[in-house]
Amino acid sequence: MSHDTTHASPAHHEEHEHQESPVVFGFWVYLMTDCIIFGTLFTVFAVLSHQFAGGPTGKELFDLKNVEIETAILLFSSITYGFAMLGAQAQKKAATLGWLFITFLLGCSFVFLEVNEFTDLIAHGAGPDRSAFLSAFFTLVGTHGLHVTCGLIWMVVAFIQILGKQGLGSRMISKLTCLSLFWHFLDVVWICVFTFVYLGSVL
Amino acid sequence: MSQTHTTTQEGESHGSAASYVIGFVLAVILTVASFATVLSKAFSYWTALVVLSILAVVQIVVHLVFFLHMNTSSKQRWILMTFAVTVAMVMIVVVGSLFVLWNSQAHMMVR
Repeated sequence: MSHDTTHASPAHHEEHEHQESPVVFGFWVYLMTDCIIFGTLFTVFAVLSHQFAGGPTGKELFDLKNVEIETAILLFSSITYGFAMLGAQAQKKAATLGWLFITFLLGCSFVFLEVNEFTDLIAHGAGPDRSAFLSAFFTLVGTHGLHVTCGLIWMVVAFIQILGKQGLGSRMISKLTCLSLFWHFLDVVWICVFTFVYLGSVL
Repeated sequence: MSQTHTTTQEGESHGSAASYVIGFVLAVILTVASFATVLSKAFSYWTALVVLSILAVVQIVVHLVFFLHMNTSSKQRWILMTFAVTVAMVMIVVVGSLFVLWNSQAHMMVR
């Protein structure tokens, strides 16, 4: 019995120290499955990217100015989330919340620009029902936008939880680490979107 | 023991402000290069596409290293393994589909 307790204590200690690892790794595996979803959608876009059905082509539709601004916003939000993460690791609540708030605003403006672009396209008769090319475009870019929106909702939840009694405990840190992976992952997907969807279509 | 722990903690998943700023500057340079490739119209279609692909891959690596803090330490072994498997699967899907469909379209002359 005493043998058990002496052994249980260091084991428990170690488990506590590495508590965040399985959570973060599990989330990473989820991101990898998401990666396959996006890989498939990119393939669909590549296959259908010349099937215009007599409708408008990407060259005529895409406004690169808008894409530049969206890209800049996402890049900035990546680094501001990084600073929020550094604040959380240093247990600085005010800095964490401040940077999270800035990241949230940047994310909102990204979604706003994207929704604007979509409604514009649909208003000009270039909705997802116009051609296979546009169906693939709306599916791919829309899925990315939906992910960003989910990230924003998650950010609000994290913000409220940090203000609550949970503060910046180890559970919260591992949640913020997962959200950080998610947010940076979406930026990686966006690299492929602006390269292959927008720039590739304008070429 | 405590020493190894601090080193793994630092090397694990936490960047520093400097690493975020370096990653950010590199990402900005690569993004500007991508847009410049297209807007300058300096390359033919296929050359531009190859240049864009290379820039995108380099930028993805920059993001993975500086923002997602991937490295080759033993603590990250499973992260790297799962990542490698995913990249392999995505490549099979992308390259395989494009290869097959390109061929079928070429033979049926629908383009």
